[in-house]
Amino acid sequence: MLQILFDALSLGSLYALGALGIALIFGVMRLVNFAHGDVIAFCVFALLWPSTDAMAIVFAGQLPWYLLVPFVLLCGAGLSVLCEIVVFRRFRKANPATMMIASFALGFVIRYFLLMLFSSRPKSISLLPELSQPVEILGARLPLLQLITIVATMVILIGLTLFLRQTRFGLEMRAAAENFSMARMLGVRANRVIMGAFALSGALAAAIALIFGIQTGTLDIQMGASIMLMAFIATVIGGLGSLGGAVLAGFLLGAASVIMQVMLPIDARPFRDAFVYGAVILVLLFRPQGLIAARGTKERV
Amino acid sequence: MGVAASLANSTAPGAAVAERKPARFALARRTILTPILLSLLLLAIALITVMTGSRPFNQTVIDVFVRVILVVGLYIFIGNSGVLSFGHIGFTCLGAYAAAWLTINPMMKRGSLPGLPEWLLETRLPYWQSAVLAALFAALAALIFGRVLMRLSGIAASIATFAMLAMINTIYSNWESVTGATSSVVGIPIVRVIWPYLIGAVAAIFIAWAHAISRSGLALRAARDEPTAAAASGIDIPRERLVAFVVSGAVMGLGGALMAHSIGVVTPDTFYLGLTFITLSMLVVGGMGSLSGGVVGVVLLSALIQALRWLEAGVSLGGSTFALPKGVQEIALGVIMIVILALRPSGLMGNRELTLPRSSRNK
Repeated sequence: MLQILFDALSLGSLYALGALGIALIFGVMRLVNFAHGDVIAFCVFALLWPSTDAMAIVFAGQLPWYLLVPFVLLCGAGLSVLCEIVVFRRFRKANPATMMIASFALGFVIRYFLLMLFSSRPKSISLLPELSQPVEILGARLPLLQLITIVATMVILIGLTLFLRQTRFGLEMRAAAENFSMARMLGVRANRVIMGAFALSGALAAAIALIFGIQTGTLDIQMGASIMLMAFIATVIGGLGSLGGAVLAGFLLGAASVIMQVMLPIDARPFRDAFVYGAVILVLLFRPQGLIAARGTKERV
Repeated sequence: MGVAASLANSTAPGAAVAERKPARFALARRTILTPILLSLLLLAIALITVMTGSRPFNQTVIDVFVRVILVVGLYIFIGNSGVLSFGHIGFTCLGAYAAAWLTINPMMKRGSLPGLPEWLLETRLPYWQSAVLAALFAALAALIFGRVLMRLSGIAASIATFAMLAMINTIYSNWESVTGATSSVVGIPIVRVIWPYLIGAVAAIFIAWAHAISRSGLALRAARDEPTAAAASGIDIPRERLVAFVVSGAVMGLGGALMAHSIGVVTPDTFYLGLTFITLSMLVVGGMGSLSGGVVGVVLLSALIQALRWLEAGVSLGGSTFALPKGVQEIALGVIMIVILALRPSGLMGNRELTLPRSSRNK
């Protein structure tokens, strides 16, 4: 029972972090960033030296953890800001569909750039192997990593909340998310806020990359995409632009996946995802604006 | 109808002014040039292909025509309703598998797909009948899903359609006895002649045109541009969206069936995110507000992909061979798409249709 709870929480953490990264950017730019999953993949591969051999040549992955974590976070933030400066800045005024396709095209570019450097074969590395040791808590054997995932997510969420509530930059960002043109008129620098949002979202992508890389031990170019899709769905059913909603929905999706895996009859288990997506449609039907509707995104008449 | 029609004026001038009833088929006569020109474009491509007589080129052009069908199918819903759908490739999947069920040799079917009902196991139809049935099957699925989904709008609708695609994909990847799960279903008769695909593409274009100038299509475009005013003048938006959803579902199903016949093998993952995004990109790059945009987007992007592939394979220029490194093709494609969208955010065609210069005044 406890095992299920922790499974749900740690899966939910990944989704929640991903959803947060998408919601942050959506909040300030109304951009649904399909390149997010590829930023995750990029961060994972930043651990390796470029080579197309089957054997992974670990490069940054050998650093001690207190250097490794900031390095990967910086990679994610840097790439994300770069995307903003090179690409998304030109799409500020474009309609959402155009921006979405542009972000998809950008993700495509990043993915094939990685493919060129690393080939499409999945690579296995053991990153911080001591974290995979199981620990015993209240009679349940859990991998230490699962605990760390949950704790790290909590720390990130609390830190982000404090950042958004207590600092001037956070205030500007929240103002921009609520009403961008009004915030600009009141002296919020658009470029700075948008770049800040991209940097934060990139760092979140890097956090996911680290956790996922350690958890699975294999690096695959496709890995970003699956999390990204779930995160994307979580962002929408949480209420687009609402950060709290995104996190809540991320955890709910994680819980729904894990619970259905356990509760469904054996025959129906392969179809689990179909049930999860069915539930998503149901939620959207009853709350099309999301679980927690963000202010400022309501349709005005 | 009065306000709605005047709202639709941007695309169909003077369609129905309350006092003066226009001549019958006036709108049809004014706009028919667009589908004719687009069909002539495709016919020209087909003729060139037949004249060169090269097998690989033939296959490439068949792929282009299949994509034209798919993108036109997307346009019918997305272009007219303004709602981005990620789920339409699900209907393509349904259509392709329906075509597989109907055309594979019964002996083989009994071995590989034993879970099919008896009457379906016995059936073996020619490919064109199966394509029509596949389109109807996809339309039926669109009707069922659409009843539920069309109540949503905006990004929630996009996500819900994506959830529908993921549901279809999950079911088709796991229902071993009926769809062969993730292993490919082989033995679909392959049609290598170009004409059926040309006919399919032209049919799709004319269906899209007929829907766009129909009462329902006009109402839907009015609702896309001014939802509040359209609803206030009596347009039942979910209903008009449902009509477009079903029509586009049928076209997507037709495209799926023809796609199955062009490659002879179907797997669920052929009809998932990759195809969704490439077709959506073609529509948006071409210009999602116009039928011509969709067709032009497919032709141009396909030509671009093909050109990059040739460059990757190596071109001999004045004695020395040039070849791009592997992977540059996709990267270049992505970069070119971003550049096009940055320069023309509403796509290559904007929201205009292809017509002769003289009649462009009417647009």
